[in-house]
Amino acid sequence: MKIHEYQGKEILRQFGVPTPRGNACFSVDEAVATAQQLGGSTWVVKAQIHAGGRGKGGGVKVAKSIEEVRNAAQQILGMHLVTHQTGKEGQVVHRLLIEEGAQIAKEFYLGMVIDRSKQRVALLASSEGGMEIEQVAARSPEKIHTVRIDPVAGLNAEDSARAAQVIGIPASATSDAVAVLQGLYRAFVEKDAMLAEINPLVLTADGRVLALDAKFNFDSNALYRHPEIIAMRDLDEEDPAEVEASKFDLSYISLDGDIGCLVNGAGLAMATMDIIKLYGGSPANFLDVGGGADKEKVTEAFKLMLRNPNLKAILVNIFGGIMKCDVIAEGVVAAARDVHLGVPLVVRLEGTNVERGKKILAESGLPIISGNDMADAAQKAVAAAKGSR
Amino acid sequence: MSILVDRNTKVMTQGMTGKVGQFHTIHCKAYANGAECFVAGVTPKKGGQRFEDIPIYDSVADAKAQTGATVSVIYVPPAYAAAAIDEAVEADLDLVICITEGIPVHDMLRTRYKMQGKRTLLIGPNCPGLITPDEIKIGIMPGHIHRKGRIGVVSRSGTLTYEAVGQLSALGMGQSSCVGIGGDPINGLKHLDVMKLFNDDPDTDAVVMVGEIGGSDEEECARWIKGNMTKPVVGFIAGVTAPPGKRMGHAGAIISGGKGGAEDKLAVMEESGIHITRNPAEMGRLMQSILKA
Repeated sequence: MKIHEYQGKEILRQFGVPTPRGNACFSVDEAVATAQQLGGSTWVVKAQIHAGGRGKGGGVKVAKSIEEVRNAAQQILGMHLVTHQTGKEGQVVHRLLIEEGAQIAKEFYLGMVIDRSKQRVALLASSEGGMEIEQVAARSPEKIHTVRIDPVAGLNAEDSARAAQVIGIPASATSDAVAVLQGLYRAFVEKDAMLAEINPLVLTADGRVLALDAKFNFDSNALYRHPEIIAMRDLDEEDPAEVEASKFDLSYISLDGDIGCLVNGAGLAMATMDIIKLYGGSPANFLDVGGGADKEKVTEAFKLMLRNPNLKAILVNIFGGIMKCDVIAEGVVAAARDVHLGVPLVVRLEGTNVERGKKILAESGLPIISGNDMADAAQKAVAAAKGSR
Repeated sequence: MSILVDRNTKVMTQGMTGKVGQFHTIHCKAYANGAECFVAGVTPKKGGQRFEDIPIYDSVADAKAQTGATVSVIYVPPAYAAAAIDEAVEADLDLVICITEGIPVHDMLRTRYKMQGKRTLLIGPNCPGLITPDEIKIGIMPGHIHRKGRIGVVSRSGTLTYEAVGQLSALGMGQSSCVGIGGDPINGLKHLDVMKLFNDDPDTDAVVMVGEIGGSDEEECARWIKGNMTKPVVGFIAGVTAPPGKRMGHAGAIISGGKGGAEDKLAVMEESGIHITRNPAEMGRLMQSILKA
């Protein structure tokens, strides 16, 4: 689960990481009032959306007067901010962060990730602040300093100080940098994060270190023990179909094709998308109904897929293990009736109680196209989607 | 022969008295030699009770001491599952199979750290388990799709593993053992570990390896295969069409920043001499054509 920059900075401050003073604002008047309250002569007006690349898209502006704060806030609030992470429709900006400006002497990158192969939390630190770390990794990997952290001992002061030194933080700021690194690590672990980034961390003209940005992604499997993180969720930033799906414990992701997929199991669901593509079609979604789908869940899954105006056909691919094919067949038939299905439906069933399941489909009187195996079903779905175009 | 488990393995079930544990215990016990294999359950404070005539103990250590069970399967809910693994490791079991889905990543990091230097092997979490057909089934896979034979199967997925097994069985190719290593980012045995076991198993002739986007396990396995594997391997990677940065059901199946993409994995696998297919419906037929050649 992702959160906004201003929320990430709240967390950082709780763990002793200094950030510029600032506040989240939901209107132009609020933005102006906040700037006046902060005082000073320079402010930064920052669009709060979950996607990265906001600056390049015009979502971050520096203001030298209250009037400029007002203008920037007017421009940014409500805009469709397009970045390389939003897709071409962009993301509507509903919130701003108004901050005091900082005198930047130098920029750095700090990141925390889960290193899967070493099975450790890894700190990534680089002198190349403000750039995307993927680009740094591709162009000059030697500029990324990596520390794999012992989960019992935590990130110690010695490793932190060395990291700070390696990336070029001056000795006078080392102890502040150590506090930042250790604070970031504690936030990462205590809040069950999967990713945390401060990009850039800056050294100010007067020698302080400050986190100018904050990005967090939390482990959704651990949210049950973090009500304070759940409270930060912003549904405006999420795909409505995916939000709806999560209510029914369905795993759904919208894609840009026209063949809806309903599958049990994440791996098989991805493989189903792949085989549709292989036969010249294009999947409209990823949808994993999980191991215990009943009639209600299948009906909700159909409704989700049918929200998509581009939908031309539906492919149901079930390999029944725990899930019995006759139960899923009853669900499919009931759902197809319930939603008055207007697009061709191809169903492939395999596994537990497959014969009973096929019989239920055949006797339903519905125009369900039966797929003998995964390839046959995918080819029929691709043909059906082309036919109904 | 087979890898890891056979008809003589003695298994305890942690979390046997929960709804999921009960359901799968009944099915595992009914499969092949299951009635002999599933000898104990572990649920704190329920020691002395029985389920399906299987005695329940308060702790893993107790269950091991009383029944001689050396393998554990875990159905404990996610918030307590990592502690259940820790307990099995502390009791010095040979093998722990954790079926539980949804364990927090940081819990697994701590558990894997504690496992360093211990002899216990871990399969999973978030996996279907493992099966040696006609001998023993430990986990949630449908037993009836398997046939006894000489093909090994290793996979990160659940139902996609069943798909591979179903194709093999339909073409008359039985399986020596099938191992679901699980879809989580921090897990126990990797493709590579299981591949080595299959390579050393005299009753395995060839292996089907099913991977997914995310991480670099498949690449590491492929590089080992290149210089060491003496048996043919058929490979498939799910997620060629998955958009970057999106989490696809499994916590493990996420591609970020171009690393762990399906195409990268397929390229390394092909270069390592693995017979890859991009068509998930062709895993069985590809294996058949290789064995005939």
